[in-house]
Formats: sequence, C-alpha cells, structure tokens
Amino acid sequence: MSTVKARLAPVTGHRLFWPLVMLVVLLVANTVYRPSFLSVELKNGHLYGSLIDIVRLSAPLILVALGMSLVIATGGIDLSVGSVVAVSGAVACLWISEQPDQNSLGGVFTALAIAFGLALVLGVWNGVLVAVIGIQPIIATLILMVAGRGLAQLITSGQIITINSEPYKTIGVGHLLTLPFAIIIALVVAVIVAVLTRRTALGMIIESVGGNAEASRLAGIRSRRITLLVYVVSAACAAIAGFMMTANVSSADGNAAGLWVELDAILAVVIGGTSLAGGRFYLSGTIVGALIIQTLTTSVYAMNIDPQTALLFKAVVVIAVCLIQAPAFRARFRRKRTLAPPPPPAPTAEKQKEQVPA
Amino acid sequence: MTRTTLTRRSLGALLAAGLLAGGLTACGNSDTGDSAGGGDGKIVLGFSQVGAESGWRTANTTSIKEAAAEAGIELKFDDAQQKQENQIKAIRNFIQQKVDVIAFSPVVESGWDTVLKEAKDAKIPVILTDRAVDSADKSLYKTFIGSDFVKEGRLAGEWLVKEKQAATGPVNIVELQGTTGSAPANDRKKGFAEAIAANPNLKVVASQSGDFTRAGGKQVMEQFLKANPKIDVLFAHNDDMGLGALEAITAAGKVPGKDITIITIDAVKDGMQALADGKFNFIAECSPLLGPQLMELVKKVKAGEEVPVRVETEETTFTQEQAKAALPTRKY
Repeated sequence: MSTVKARLAPVTGHRLFWPLVMLVVLLVANTVYRPSFLSVELKNGHLYGSLIDIVRLSAPLILVALGMSLVIATGGIDLSVGSVVAVSGAVACLWISEQPDQNSLGGVFTALAIAFGLALVLGVWNGVLVAVIGIQPIIATLILMVAGRGLAQLITSGQIITINSEPYKTIGVGHLLTLPFAIIIALVVAVIVAVLTRRTALGMIIESVGGNAEASRLAGIRSRRITLLVYVVSAACAAIAGFMMTANVSSADGNAAGLWVELDAILAVVIGGTSLAGGRFYLSGTIVGALIIQTLTTSVYAMNIDPQTALLFKAVVVIAVCLIQAPAFRARFRRKRTLAPPPPPAPTAEKQKEQVPA
Repeated sequence: MTRTTLTRRSLGALLAAGLLAGGLTACGNSDTGDSAGGGDGKIVLGFSQVGAESGWRTANTTSIKEAAAEAGIELKFDDAQQKQENQIKAIRNFIQQKVDVIAFSPVVESGWDTVLKEAKDAKIPVILTDRAVDSADKSLYKTFIGSDFVKEGRLAGEWLVKEKQAATGPVNIVELQGTTGSAPANDRKKGFAEAIAANPNLKVVASQSGDFTRAGGKQVMEQFLKANPKIDVLFAHNDDMGLGALEAITAAGKVPGKDITIITIDAVKDGMQALADGKFNFIAECSPLLGPQLMELVKKVKAGEEVPVRVETEETTFTQEQAKAALPTRKY
C-alpha cells in the first residue's frame, strides 16, 4: 500500500494533478448523462462535437487568462480585460463594416492592426498608472474597466455592429487541419509566452518583481519596466480574445462582449495554482483552469441544468475545485481520515512568495 | 511611499474613474427649450428617459420626439443615464416648471412614491412608459403604456400551434430564454407555454438561458443540437439569441428556417432581415415606437378625459412575406 502511494506520489503531488482530475470528472459526468458527449465526428472537413466546442470556446478565455497570469505574478490584477475585449472587438468590427468589400484581406488586417494598436495603448495606460504613478492595480485597472465599456459603446453608438466578412469570421469559427483556428491561435500565443518567460530569465524576473518589487529593483531588475510590460501583454492577449469573441458571432456588442471575462480569467489563474499574492505563475495550470471553466459552462447546457440552479451548480463545482486543489485542505482532510499525521507535505514552501536573493 | 500618499492616489484615481465614466455618458442631456407653459396654448410634456443603452431604447426616444413634434406638443426631454436620482431630479424640475403632463420610463421599480406624490399635489398627471413602478397607491399615476411580454410569448406560441396543427408525431421545441429572472424572460416563457399547451404534440425538450446575447444564443444552441438529435422548432426570447443560434444551426449542417422552424421576439433590423431571408419563420414584435400612442394619452389626460390604467403598445407579428414588405421602411 505504502509503496504504491510512494510510487504515485510524483503523479498525485504534481500541481496539475487535481485540476486535471476535476476536468476528467466533469467530462465523465457529461458522458454518463449522454454517452455520445465525447464522440467527435468529421463534418464538412473539420472535427465536430461537444469536446471541440469546449476547446474552441475556451480559446479566448485561455488568452485572457495567460495575460492575467503574468499580471498576477507581479502581485497585480487586471480588471480591465473585459473592456479591452469589447473595445478591440468594436473597433475591428466598425472598421470592417465601413469597408466597401468586407471580405478584402487588406481591410481585415488593417482593422486588426488598428484595434490591436489601440489595445496596446490601453495596456500602456494601465501600466503607467500602476508602475509609474503607483496606483494600486485593482483601482488603476478599475478605471479602464468602467471607462472602457463606455468607450466600446461610444464606438458602436450603442448598437450591435453586424459584419459579413469571411476572413474575420475565420478567427472565431474557422478551421485549420480540422481543428478550430481559435484554439490554434491561443496555443501559439501560449507557446510564445511560455518560451519567452520560461526559456529566458523573463519569467523569473516577473516572479521576483511579484515577490518583492523593491528588493528586485535593488538587485538590478527594472521593476517598473517589467510591471508596465505585463499590463501591455495582458491587454494584447485581451485584444486577440476580443477578435475571437466578435468573430464567433460576426458582430460587436459593446454591452455584452467580454462581460465578466476578467472574473473568469482570475478564476482560471487561481484554479491553475497561481497565488493571487504574486511571485509565482503556472501557465499550464492557467490553461487547464480555463478549460475547466468552459467545460463547466458547456456542461450546464449539455446536461440542461435548470438556469435558476445553474449558477449554484457552478459555484459548488468551483468551490470543490479550489478546496481540493489547496494542499493545506487536502492535508487536513487526510489527517482527519487516517488519524495518523503523515509527514507534512511541503505546501508551505509553495505558498511562500519567492524571494530573490539580493 | 507613505500610507497617506497611497490613499490620496487611490482617491484621485477613483475620482478620475468617476469623471471618465460620467463624461462618456453625458451626451444627451435635457433639451431645455423656452420656459414651460408658454402663452401659445401648446401642451407641455416633460419626459424622462432611462438612457440610451440599446438600439431599442434609441428608437424609443426618436419615436417620442417625432410624435411630440407631429402632435404639436412641446417636449422637454431628459436623459437619466440609468440613474434614479437623475430621474427624480428631472421630475422635480418638471414640477417647478409647471409642465402640463409628466411621462417617464422608470429606471427601477421602487422608490417613486415621494416624488410622484409631489407631482400629484402640484396637480400634474403622470404617465409611465415601457416599465412599471411598484407603488401601492395606484392614484399616483394616470396610466402605464408598454409592451405585454406575456402576450408576445403567447402570440409566438399561437402561431406555432397553427403552423404545426397537421403534425401527427411529437414536435420537439428548444427554448432560448432571456436573462434568468428578468421580466421579459419570465413572461415570454409563460405566455409561450400557455399557448402551446393547446397541442400536446408540442413539447419543449430543452430550455436554457442565452442572456439575450448572440454569443449566448450560439453557445447554448450548439449544445442543444448535440444533445437532441431531433429539434423541430427553436423559440428564442429575442432576435439576437436567434441570430446567434442561426450560426450554430448552419455549422451543424442544418438549414435554419427549413430543418428547424425559428420563432423569435423583438423584430429589430437584423432579425427582420433574417426573417426576410427565410432563415427565421416568425417574429412577434416588441415595439419601441410608442410615441404616437403616448401623445394621444397626453392629450386625453390634459383634457381631463378618463384613460385606461393599462395601455398596451400597438404591436404586430411578422411572417417572412410581411418582413420583406416591412423591411424597407423599418426604423430600428
């Protein structure tokens, strides 16, 4: 028994173990309810099925959550991502809607460039407020969260802008090698972020800023520049997510696009094992977190859970995920059950902020 | 950095946020004309609008302004920007200016008794438009004009019953509800359910909230299509969810309007276009164009005539042919 346990320890002890278990549990529950849930078929030359829907719809959330991970790693938070989603989507759709030929690639790329550029400006705005002026991140990004939504409505004049552009639509619903194009974009961005942060010192520097910005500065890291950078990256990710969300329905709704996505993104980051205190981040965990959230939403529809109880159902699952994923909770639960205190696992080390030796 | 500077900075940021938010929405303030009750015998109507949150609302405002001009009624228009305190302030202003009639679309249901009492004491009749208030004292306002959501749902259901009366087997219906708990969602669901009870073959097999948005409608419909092999009818509580669902249906390799009969409510422009294109089958209208009816009521109330306590907006329904005919002159 104990040897089995010991042998499994590297697996069960892995950060991603419990989030992945929850993901599998959700998928199994769906399969029990409807055995064909997992079936994927080839339709019109691309894959089709609930699983594919989950992957495709989670793409924008993965993007937003990736940016959010980096911001949270510096000890900050970015509440404005939902508004950036709305603004970038609105600008892109407005530009395309005013082209004589909405299907022209040039027009679509110009639209994407303008919207992306504006999102970068918004990211710099956040970054300057936090890093240069020194406003607390939750307040600084709250400004853009409120004002950005107004800006999006101003851009769309309070209407839903419908477009009819095949190239733009591809971003949201197109396929490449039978897979949804959106998830490929999200994965490419994820790989770029992972390589830049984990194959260079950048990731460690970000974490050290989150651990102790002042100590990092004294150690020779340009803390302000790093802080500014993560907000710009976050806004850039949100902009691409905005393109996906608006392309998914070929229309920009300044009111509804990206509404509450900041909260989903924060939740994805937390489920993935990143502490809100900063100093650490796990990109793979964030991606799994985003997949769990989308699976949960899709489950509600697939299992036809009554809308009145759906929110409660989601809340219960989220609480379960967060508790199971917390090493301290698991340790306490185990102790109660066996009455024999096992050697304390090392969760405390994980919870501590990374301090970079000066 | 000391604590005080931090707090001061946060405060400054909050103020800035407030200013920004205020500045962005402060675009449609009251069109104050010359002083009320001018000697030319024109009726003066003070109207306080909720805001400009949707295309529907904008069309509503335009309709009221145009109808007032046409009826020769002097309109004092105020945009409350979604805030009750603005609306109360506007109503007090109207009372001070001694307008002849006050009309408004309440931002929220409760908290109107005091200001409505002031209007009553000043002997200025009040008309509610589009949304109701929950005052116990019904004498505080003369009448309430607006859409009947239950009726909209019922009209949609009745059309379906007629359309499918020849059906011998079960007809599977999926429903896209509006925002959970909202009055239009509750009432439209209720009206539709009442109407389709007439034919036991008609059965709602799945019903989920799509939050009145296109993205929501699409996401829910994708799962409906996978979970239910045979869907005959889609009933969406508004056009936008129906439009989102269209894409899901097409992606599933089905033909909207033919393989699946689609019924929606609202009749906004994009919805009417889909109906004219044969992608939708039927729309029950929820009209914002209550201006002309409102002006009629204003005249009657001013003349001291009796008016019904509840007036329904004149609304119609559209089939594909009617949509084709109506589309060129559609205002919203």
